[in-house]
Amino acid sequence: MNAPSSTMADRRADPPAPSPSRLRLPLVWLRRAGGGWLMRGCLLLLALFVLIALFAPWIAPQDPTFGELGNGFAGPGPDHWLGTDLGGHDTFSALIEGTRTSLAGPLAVVLFSTTLGVAVGLFTAWRGGWVDTAVGRVLDILFAFPALLLAILAVALFGKGLTAPVLAMAIAYMPYTARLVRGLTAQEKTRPYIAAYQVQGHSAVFIAFRRLLPNITPTVLAQSTVNFGYALLDLAALSFLGLGVQPPTPDWGSMINQGQAAVLQGQPLSAIVPAVAVVLVVVAFNVVGENLGDRLAGRES
Amino acid sequence: MTAALATTAVDGARRAGRFGALAVSTLRRLLTMAVTLLVTSFVVFSSLYLAPGDPVSFLVRGRSPSPQEIAAIREQYGFNDPFPERYWHWLQGVLQGDLGRSYLFHQSVDQVLWSRLPASMLLVGTAALMIAVVGVGAGIVGALRRGTRTDTAVLLMVTVGAAVPSFVAAITLRSVLGVRLGWFPTIGNGTGLLDRMHHVVLPAIALSVTFMALVTRVTRSAMLDELRREHVEVALSRGMSKSSVVRRHVLRNALGPIVTVSGLLVSGMLVSTAIVETAFGMSGVGSLLVQAVNEMDFQVVQAIVLLVVAAFVVVNTLVDLVYPLIDPRVAAAAGSAR
Amino acid sequence: MPLLEFNDLSVALPGMARPILNGVSLTVAAGEAVALVGESGSGKSVTARAALGLFPAGAAIGGHVRVDGADLVGADAGCLHEVRTGKASMIFQDPRAGINPVRRVGDFLTESLRLTGGWSRARAGARALELLTAVGLPDPVRHLRQYPHELSGGMLQRVMIAGALTAEPRLLLCDEPTTALDVTTQAEIMAILRRLQRERGLGLLLITHDIDLAAATCDRIYVMYAGRIVETGTATELLTAPRHPYTAGLLGSTPPLDGPLGRLTPIRGVPMGLLEAAPGCSFAARCPHARPGLCDRTAPDLARPAPVQVPASTAQRGPALVACHLADEIDGRPAMAAVCASPSEEDR
Repeated sequence: MNAPSSTMADRRADPPAPSPSRLRLPLVWLRRAGGGWLMRGCLLLLALFVLIALFAPWIAPQDPTFGELGNGFAGPGPDHWLGTDLGGHDTFSALIEGTRTSLAGPLAVVLFSTTLGVAVGLFTAWRGGWVDTAVGRVLDILFAFPALLLAILAVALFGKGLTAPVLAMAIAYMPYTARLVRGLTAQEKTRPYIAAYQVQGHSAVFIAFRRLLPNITPTVLAQSTVNFGYALLDLAALSFLGLGVQPPTPDWGSMINQGQAAVLQGQPLSAIVPAVAVVLVVVAFNVVGENLGDRLAGRES
Repeated sequence: MTAALATTAVDGARRAGRFGALAVSTLRRLLTMAVTLLVTSFVVFSSLYLAPGDPVSFLVRGRSPSPQEIAAIREQYGFNDPFPERYWHWLQGVLQGDLGRSYLFHQSVDQVLWSRLPASMLLVGTAALMIAVVGVGAGIVGALRRGTRTDTAVLLMVTVGAAVPSFVAAITLRSVLGVRLGWFPTIGNGTGLLDRMHHVVLPAIALSVTFMALVTRVTRSAMLDELRREHVEVALSRGMSKSSVVRRHVLRNALGPIVTVSGLLVSGMLVSTAIVETAFGMSGVGSLLVQAVNEMDFQVVQAIVLLVVAAFVVVNTLVDLVYPLIDPRVAAAAGSAR
Repeated sequence: MPLLEFNDLSVALPGMARPILNGVSLTVAAGEAVALVGESGSGKSVTARAALGLFPAGAAIGGHVRVDGADLVGADAGCLHEVRTGKASMIFQDPRAGINPVRRVGDFLTESLRLTGGWSRARAGARALELLTAVGLPDPVRHLRQYPHELSGGMLQRVMIAGALTAEPRLLLCDEPTTALDVTTQAEIMAILRRLQRERGLGLLLITHDIDLAAATCDRIYVMYAGRIVETGTATELLTAPRHPYTAGLLGSTPPLDGPLGRLTPIRGVPMGLLEAAPGCSFAARCPHARPGLCDRTAPDLARPAPVQVPASTAQRGPALVACHLADEIDGRPAMAAVCASPSEEDR
């Protein structure tokens, strides 16, 4: 949370930009038009969802796995704030508890893929030469495997659930981070301070991890934030297909899956609620990630 | 004297060279493609051996095969052979169109695939058309009307569109345009050309939403980049009309990034057919993949994974090969890198 | 009637502290070569583009720009088209940026003829070939089929010149035509421009930061600073007796074409940006002669200064104008010459 709050502080201190010189990212335009409310709103939203995920069992008024027989498709009311689904499960409680799995999955994907990607990127760019070329080829090949496909293959091999797809997706997302870190490191390596540390006799590991890595961390974070949104989409899709999180464990993707038949019967609430949650969180992650990325790009130029 | 000879030689080489360099870079690219396909196919092939337990019992999970059937599987996979030989065997089969046997459909996998492929092609083709027309079109309009309400609408569409998962789009479209308004059928593939087209409209929209947003975004920013170029101003200063400048210089030069990104989106789109076809109850390769995973028909899964990855590699090789036509500077760079 | 006439032209962008152009008046007669000199950011490129009716997007425009009598301020598309395709054309600074890299040289040369003039491909091609020969390119047939990246910068600038001539203009606007080129090519390009100007009797407006190049090429010179014309006169006048401290500063910071190479005196400070504005003379902050209470309070108008005692015949003097409160008191050149000359003598 440190980085986002500091960017908010920066923003207030910044003089108004004379003209949007870089329109590479359309969101920048939206943000500037909105004077930062979009970014702030998204950060708040994400903070809210993180809090919900952390304290879900205390927030959820009912047990979302408990189906109240004979009370399917109840409308919103004092007992069920957002109504119930076909099996009489409380939609609001399922949404709250589902936040945990829905955010934990992408979090694990991003943590694994970023760690792996940073390691691979730093190592190859630092070594250069044939190692760099060879690993570059391997990454190119990995790009051919979209994350969701790899996740589905993992389910086919290891069975349904979250563990195997998360690991598979970590591998699928790794090349994006690795390539970014590789490029940044190669660029950073040519700066004088690296040579200065080398002259002083510091070890390569020390320079790479303690001195170079902090300089590229913000850019990597921006990329990981965007990746988080995409990973959430992929995992929700997997659950929607019935291959990911299995009921009765609450999860937004599987809630949408179970609610879709009801939608066609004119009972859309149990599917709409988690769908809106997915879209909101992904929009928020995209806005925050691209905002960070653009601020960094602006600082560079 | 020698210098003069050398000059003519270089000149001749240059004249022949443009074609020669192009041929060499094309060949090199095709070779890279072959190697990539080989490696990816090896990855897909060996994934079977990652599965926990014995591969034979993995393949026949959930069924009770007779000893003869197990023997047939052992024979087919060559489980008694050394590993590289097994791959070689499998690859030869794949190259001849033998992708194994589906236990679920009691058919060869290629037969199952062929029966499902046209529906998926129609879906992907329609979605691609929509992306090309609407996505690129919206990007162009946004860039040309930069800063206006129209542009804001385009940006809003991009921001939200990129975050709407195809299954959410599918459910929304089905319930609103399908059930509520009754304009489109909500389930199945349809029969006959017109009915099929009618059935594919909503799934194609659902499939294209995310990718359309990405293409719009790339188009818009590429167009803005190109609009700022000085040669655009030069063309205007020479009395060319705005529309022909946009067509001949702005859009023409923005094609590069648009085509590159579109190539990269192919694999994502092919995988997303699994979601859309499942949501709309269509019978296609995507829904087949989900079905095969559910029914533990691993050979079918493997074949579809191979198909998607191969399609990605081939399409992006094509993009690379076409690119020099879009930007001649790339051809020069490839030629001089030799 | 002058071929090109700027009458009190102002161009202002919203959100900027000062206008990009502020009351610019300038004329170029048919067959006359005129230079507009100033530092980068002074507004000289905006002036050149305005002569083709190309104004910055969203700018508020006041005054008039007339090409061959037609006013381009608020002109309709038909009028602009007529000017751009038959009366005036422009040579841009960087041919690498100014010619679309993904289209062939032949396409660049013929596109406006084919698309706006309705010429056939063959006829336009023949014309392009003729023009490439006129600008002295060695192998025009081959060049037509080449892409810009296959040509050197100097060759490309010749292509750009040929492109400007396709429409047979009467007025040629040259925006820093040699700045992006290396030194040896610069002389060639200027020679071609001068030859074409004389042969075809073109009116020429040369935009440059190089006052000596301007004096060597043109009959009259306008000096621009922060969107205003601060001094104008014949080339000889400005070179021998500049009246505005800025002109004097420009001369002092450029190596002389002939005579001893002395130490150069840069103009202190930086050019005024569009976010800055001064209530008085824009140059006051950088001017060595600036008088507090006068120069930083009121902006001087462009006016005829009191005649100075010059040994040469006063009949040669053109309508020199200068915008400086102190123009009658200071005479830039001798002071500058002293500054330039004395250290060089010590060096020797």
